[in-house]
Amino acid sequence: MKKYIGKRLLQLIPVLLGITFLSFAMMRLAGSDTVTEMYGDKGAVSQQIIDAKRAELGLDRPFLVQYGSWLKGLLTGDMGVSYVSGKNVFQTFVSKLPATLLLTALSIVATVVISIPLGILAAVKHDRFTDYFLRVFSFVGNSLPNFFVALLLMQLFSIKWKLLPVISKGTTVQSAILPTLTLAIAMSAKYMRQVRATVLEELNKDYVLGAKARGVRGSVTLWKSVLKSAMLTIVTLLALSIGSLLGGTAIIESIFMWDGVGKLAVDSITMRDYPMIQAYVVWMAIIYVMVNLITDILYHVLDPRIRLGVQEG
Amino acid sequence: MSEVTVRKQKLRKSTVKMRLIIFGTLAVLLVVCSFFSAYLTPYDPYLQNLDIAKQAPSAQHLLGTDRYGRDMLSRVIAGSRASIFSTLLLVAIITALGTAVGVTCGWVGGWVDTVLMRISDVFLAFPGLVFALAVAGSLGGGLQNAIIALAAISWPKYARIARSQTLAQKETQWMKAVRLSGSGTGKIILKHILPNILGPILVTSMLDIGTMMMELAALSFLGLGAKPPIPEWGSMMSDTRSLMTTSPWITFSPGIAIFLSVMIFNLLGDTIRDYADPKSRR
Repeated sequence: MKKYIGKRLLQLIPVLLGITFLSFAMMRLAGSDTVTEMYGDKGAVSQQIIDAKRAELGLDRPFLVQYGSWLKGLLTGDMGVSYVSGKNVFQTFVSKLPATLLLTALSIVATVVISIPLGILAAVKHDRFTDYFLRVFSFVGNSLPNFFVALLLMQLFSIKWKLLPVISKGTTVQSAILPTLTLAIAMSAKYMRQVRATVLEELNKDYVLGAKARGVRGSVTLWKSVLKSAMLTIVTLLALSIGSLLGGTAIIESIFMWDGVGKLAVDSITMRDYPMIQAYVVWMAIIYVMVNLITDILYHVLDPRIRLGVQEG
Repeated sequence: MSEVTVRKQKLRKSTVKMRLIIFGTLAVLLVVCSFFSAYLTPYDPYLQNLDIAKQAPSAQHLLGTDRYGRDMLSRVIAGSRASIFSTLLLVAIITALGTAVGVTCGWVGGWVDTVLMRISDVFLAFPGLVFALAVAGSLGGGLQNAIIALAAISWPKYARIARSQTLAQKETQWMKAVRLSGSGTGKIILKHILPNILGPILVTSMLDIGTMMMELAALSFLGLGAKPPIPEWGSMMSDTRSLMTTSPWITFSPGIAIFLSVMIFNLLGDTIRDYADPKSRR
């Protein structure tokens, strides 16, 4: 087990190298950099000042040298300072991380609470009215972009009924409701479908028919056998959707002014604040790979037959 | 197999065919509309007239007017060009690129295969939209750059499918016959491999259109895609968010347009998958 976890963590290295190099290269290929963004709207700034600022930030050096020095900093735990605010990137990032993690955790809980019972219900009521209704619901949810859902919820809850604040005022429960709901709706729609398909597949297996023939009550089979084996797939699928959730938080956080890393990333992108963007990319990759690793371990706990790719004997 | 099941299957097949015709027609209509959008708008989508700014939907302006008095219906129709047409272009690019990489990997094998597949692993091990945000942002926004960003992150899925399909084809008996008959590599790939592996790839790309449309709109919404005054649904929505309280139709019309288009393409994608693989159940 330890060996396996170690191996997986080692695999993280080429992924991180690849991703950071690519995003680094892309940024340098772009026509404008943070200096042109900074002085662009101020009109007449002499070329001398621009060059001086570039030299100060180290943007005049060759691309590979820049990447190398950034990498060296990363290894020593130094992610540089923000080009825009001049603050330490790592500290800024860590200070905003809890808000995003909170939002992500809340949305996952909401998704589980909404989609697992509904998915099971749809599978049990297969091809009946409830099933069709839930399928339409999931289809509509799947076709709505999450920023549209966000605006719809805002319009209803904040503007029309005046129940909740339009933009968040700090990290409070009230402010968290709408962003959580937005993320949960999009995820539930996708996830409910998968839960339904998984449970349905399990329900069609021969042992279910056998249990029925032996007079075991349907609800007993469902709760004791079917759901137990379906859980395995359900947990995996949930973990896989965390990737799209991480991307989604960036948009939702900016809409609701939720002060997390997603909003930070979008703001940094508009300002071409490279160190900040790089930090975001690196952190997201780490979180994503960690979540996948935890899923694999969970998978192993839920089904000991799965060997996790460790060679034994 | 009992008679009832056969009958059920026949019924199912005919409903799938009917769905295919209905959703196919709707999708084609959408595409044609986006292609000829310039001729279909009742008013000039760029024409400003401040006297009629922010009017509610009426008989003259079915979807009302925006803050500069531009006709919303015209802007939504004109926006279909940026939204639908670019999405199709994007899906075409990633399908072609992914297939090319996948077939190369499967056919050539060796270190080329290893290197390309490791690169695709990097992309698959990372949340796509996060990277697209970073790339689109660093390229500086604009519709073209948003397409490049999404294309850069989306091809590995297709490369995977194409590679495994090519490997499967390579092992077949008739492939040996083709080689024995003396066909060159180019001919084998174009005439024998591609036609046989295209099915699953095209089904995947049909299923992807809806998602891609939403992601492209999301990038535009964040200001990293099409920029005003060019009408594009995502940027139209973010541009008019401040008016949502007083004139919600301005913000919601493009939203509904995205929703309907995504839904039509999703329905079509599902139907094509059911048609191609009758065993799959929804």
